[in-house]
Formats: sequence, structure tokens, C-alpha cells
Amino acid sequence: MSTIIEARNLSRFYEVRRGLFAEPATVRALSEASFRVTQGTTLAVVGESGCGKSTLARLLTMIEPPSGGELVIDGKKLGATGHADLKALRKTVQIVFQDPYGSLNPRQKIGAILEEPLKINTDMPSRERREKAFDMLIKVGLRPEHYGRYPHMFSGGQRQRIAIARALMLDPKILILDEPVSALDVSIQAQILNILADLQEELGLTYIFISHDLSVVRFVADEVMVMYLGRPVEFAPVEAVFESPQHPYTVALLSATPVADPRRKRQNIKLEGELPSPINPPSGCPFHPRCRYARDKCSDIRPELTLHGQTLVACHGIEEGWIDYAAEPPPPGAALSGERAGTTPQAPDAAVRAPEPGSPV
Amino acid sequence: MVHTEELNVIDDAEAAKKRALKSGWSARRAMLAEFWFYFSENKGAVIGLVVFVALVLVALFAPLLAPHSPTIQNRDALLLPPFWQEGGNAAYILGTDAVGRDMLSRLIYGSRFSLFIGVIVVSVALTGGILIGLIAGFFRGWVDIVIMRVMDVILAFPSLLLALVLVAILGPGLVNAMIAIALVLQPHFVRLTRASVLSEKSKDYVVSARVAGAGPVRLMVKTILPNCLAPLIVQATLSFSTAILDAAALGFLGMGAQPPTPEWGTMLAEAREFILRAWWVVTFPGLAILVTVLAINLVGDGLRDALDPKLKRS
Repeated sequence: MSTIIEARNLSRFYEVRRGLFAEPATVRALSEASFRVTQGTTLAVVGESGCGKSTLARLLTMIEPPSGGELVIDGKKLGATGHADLKALRKTVQIVFQDPYGSLNPRQKIGAILEEPLKINTDMPSRERREKAFDMLIKVGLRPEHYGRYPHMFSGGQRQRIAIARALMLDPKILILDEPVSALDVSIQAQILNILADLQEELGLTYIFISHDLSVVRFVADEVMVMYLGRPVEFAPVEAVFESPQHPYTVALLSATPVADPRRKRQNIKLEGELPSPINPPSGCPFHPRCRYARDKCSDIRPELTLHGQTLVACHGIEEGWIDYAAEPPPPGAALSGERAGTTPQAPDAAVRAPEPGSPV
Repeated sequence: MVHTEELNVIDDAEAAKKRALKSGWSARRAMLAEFWFYFSENKGAVIGLVVFVALVLVALFAPLLAPHSPTIQNRDALLLPPFWQEGGNAAYILGTDAVGRDMLSRLIYGSRFSLFIGVIVVSVALTGGILIGLIAGFFRGWVDIVIMRVMDVILAFPSLLLALVLVAILGPGLVNAMIAIALVLQPHFVRLTRASVLSEKSKDYVVSARVAGAGPVRLMVKTILPNCLAPLIVQATLSFSTAILDAAALGFLGMGAQPPTPEWGTMLAEAREFILRAWWVVTFPGLAILVTVLAINLVGDGLRDALDPKLKRS
């Protein structure tokens, strides 16, 4: 299988003004993300709000140019490409948004919405366009008579199907799914996920699945990238992430997922503090102010992604072997939450505190 | 108020379900029916609409309706009172003015000028306003800053005073007055368009159109603009009456339509000296302006309620 997306040190910074006289600040929404995606697979990107997931989506769909690094999509390098290449790449990558109520133009009929990408990018005659729109409606589980209706006549799930249909009109190879099911009911979620799975199999699509719902991720993903504060901290096949998570942040993230089993004792690792501001990220490992295992080294040197088993992980503790989840006694449920378990007496106390409230994220 | 809005929400959901059963062409008709449902809730708006339609008909069929020519002077019938008053003549229902012209005929022909002024001024201001507002809202940056500051400068002047200055520079006359009024009304449309463009631009459907490869012109005109129209339609209706009123004011000050044009404001100006001797010469043009402006304003309010739930009942 060939690599279809390759990112090397991909970064995106935003300048924000903080007032009339203050220096403009730089928000590091995404910094030095490197990863590869194999054609026909699904890469799930997970992380809490503000970790750079959506920025990554905007870069991959070429809505925004990267501030630094390299992005190679389908063999074409972005940044150095001319206009024609960009147009070709537009056809390669399409996106489905989270909110199906905001992503369809309320003044356009479904038919017009579906045909718009074809109208812009191809010289297909209108009859063929209509045929293709009909086909696509059937493919996503709608009926051809929906062609002449307006978006407000549809439910959330139906709208999301329309959004998927629109994204597929140009026969893209890559589909960015920006939390495609988190605005939907659970029963509808399953339908949409099944449609996505069927389409992937039928059309050989590559998915970048952005989500914060780990149970959904487990269902759809082949590989998982965990992001924290604009940086990937763990990259691994889906089983590896769920069976043996490596990075302390991933462990905490997994422990926060509700499990539908009342007898199972929840090991709820509660992270202290807020997500630090990406304007002023912590030194060293970005996670160290909230990490229970943090040592001095963590606040000084930023860990690089290194291979550990099947997992690429950016953590000194894993790399040097002083974090060993198996050796630890199982934390006694909620009692552990909030405590720092006494493993890291060296960590300066000030670093544990939450960053100033109201810092823009 | 809150109560009725809640009811509307329920009605809306019901209507949406019903509409979902139909499709295609009938959907558009259902939308019209829904619009009419909300519009007709407002009785004042319906009355305004009736008056406005009547006015349009009068303007269209002026030569058939008017009993006399609006410009022929009858030397034997100067300042005749309306027919129900002593000394009135049934041939001149609303009396005659100082040079013996039939008031009713002049008023009927005058409606043509008023509507003409409204239509032209609003079209010019709307077209320009949408264009400038779209550019300002879409491109932001220094383009936006320059445009908005210029608009602020225009808004800082009292509108009638600015129009007066412009007409004084361009020279008195109906066409110049219309240009001046259009220019004065422009900033409202620019600001309104810009504000809607800003709020629509950040929505996902615009981003997805961009991902599909839509260029700036297509994004502005085809994707964003149709979603900004509701408040603009309302503003256009309200500006229609402002335009008529301003044109009448300019006419009254001698800067608008020039005599013998039977424009209502100009008629008022000519009748000023007879205000104590012959009340009808002043009253009827004034009433005509009042009724027209009121009717159009009522329609505008009704349109706002029906088209734009965000602006509901302000």
C-alpha cells in the first residue's frame, strides 16, 4: 500500500492582536506534526478541544496554507505547487463538517449543492451532472426525489448524508471527516459510520477522522494520532492505542471514556489544570504541567516521537523506561483522581497549577 | 410577544414536517404560503400593502384616472375649493391651485414621480451598497477599513443636509436630487450587507464551497449574497419611503423637481403662500406623502417580521 499523505514538521501559526499597544502574539495551533497515511486506511486524530485537530483539517483541505513544514498529498508537494496543481489537489481532498446544520447552504437546493463542485471543477454537461447527483444520493442512502428540496427539510442525519454526498461528487481520494458524527444522535451516528465504512470499501477512500469520541474512533480507525497542544504525542495502530496506551496523556484520555458496564470499576485519571495556552506553550514536553510522572527533564527538553513497540510516542518516561504502567498497582478508582500518586516529588509545584484563566486558546 | 413566538416555533416545525412531504415546485409554493402566513399576521402590513398596490395602480393608469391635465391652467378657476365646500365645482373634486390646475389630477400624476423616485433611488443605493458591502465584508483588511470609514463620514452628516449640499453642487433638478438621496442612503446598505457577509462568511457552507474550489466572485455572489438578502429587502422597503420623503423635502426647498412638475414636495412649496387662504392646496399633497410613506413603512415592518426572525419585533 502506498502513502497518500505525508506531513513533515507541518506547522500553522496564527498572529493575534491582544490590544492596541500590546505586541501581537503567535498562537501555535499546530507545530511540527509529522505523520504518514496509507491509501485506503483511516487515520483518527484525537485530542481535547484546542489541540490543533481542526487546524490540521484546514491545512489538509488547503483552506489555509501551512506556516512551515511540508505536506505531500497524492505525490504532489504543497506550497511549491502552482495554481493548476492546487486545483487538481482540491479534487483529491474533500471535507465533511461537524455541524450538518451549518454546512449546507440554506438557499440552495440539494441538487444545486451536489452539483456545485462539478460545475466549478469540470465541464460536465448538466444532464450528466444530474445523473451523478442522483447516483450519489442513492449511494448515501437518500432518494432521488430529494434532489429538488431545500436543506431545512431534512433531519440532521440526512443532512450529514448530503454533506458526504457532496464531498464525494468530485471522486476524491481523501476525505477529511471533522467530527462528522458528534452532532448526531447515537442511533444516527451508527448509520453514518456504516455508510462511511461502506463507501471506504467501495471507493478505496482514505479517511482522516477527527474526533474526540474514542469509542467511535475505536470502531472506525486503522491508526490513531493523539494530539496535545498542537503536537502529536502518540501515533499507533488502533489496537495498540486502546490495548496498551503509552503516553500519559493518552492513558488519561482513555480513562475518561465512559464504558457501558456498571460493574467495571472506573480508573478515572483526572488531569489537573486546563489545557495551557498555545500562545505560550510550556517549555519542554507540553504535557509536563499536567503529567503525574513529570520529572525535571520533562520541563527542560522536548521529547521527540520515538518508536516503542508498535507505537510512536513522544515521552521521556516511556523512552527511558521510568514509566511502567504494568508495574504500578492499579489505581483504586476515583481515589486516585486529583492526586499525583507521589511518583514525581521533583516536579516543581508551580508547574502543576493551571495557567492563568482567560488566556485565549 | 414571547408567547406568540413560541407558537410560531411550533407552527414552524409542523409546517416543516408538512413541507417535507412535498417536493420540488410545490416546496417553493409552500415557502411562499409560509411567508404570507407570517406577513398577514401583521394587519398594519396588509393595509399598507393594499394602499401601496392601489398607489401603483393609480400611477400606472394616471392618464385614464385623472380628470384633467396636470399642467393645464384654467384661468377661470383659480384657487377653487374642493367640491363639498361652498364655491366648489364638481369638475374639480379636490379644488384647484393658484394658477387653476386641478389638484386631483396633479396628485395622481405626482404618484408617478414619487414611485419613480423610490424605485430609482433604492435600486441605485441597493446595488451600490451590496457591491461595496460585499467587497468590504469579504476581503476585510485595509479595503474594509477604508470603505467603512468613508461610510462613517457620510453617515456623520445629517442626511437631508448632505443631500442639499450635493444638489447645490450638482444643480437643482429631479435627477440630481435622486442621485444625492441615493448617495446619502448608500451607507446603510453597505453596513447591513457587510454585517451579514461577516456573519455568513464564517459558516461551514462557505468553507465547503471553498474546498470545492469556488473562487471569490462565486463565493460572494452565489454562496454568501443570497443568504444576506432578507435584512436588505427590509431596509430597501424602508428606504423607499425615506427616498420619497427626502425628495419631497428637497422639492419643497426648491432643490428637487422644478415647477411645473406635479411632484408632491414641489406642490407643497408652491402652495406655501396660500396656506391660510386655501387649505386644500397644502393639505392634499401633504396627506398624499403621509399616506404613501406610512403605507410603505408598514409593509417594511411586516416584511421584516416575516423574513427575518432575528430582527423580529424590535
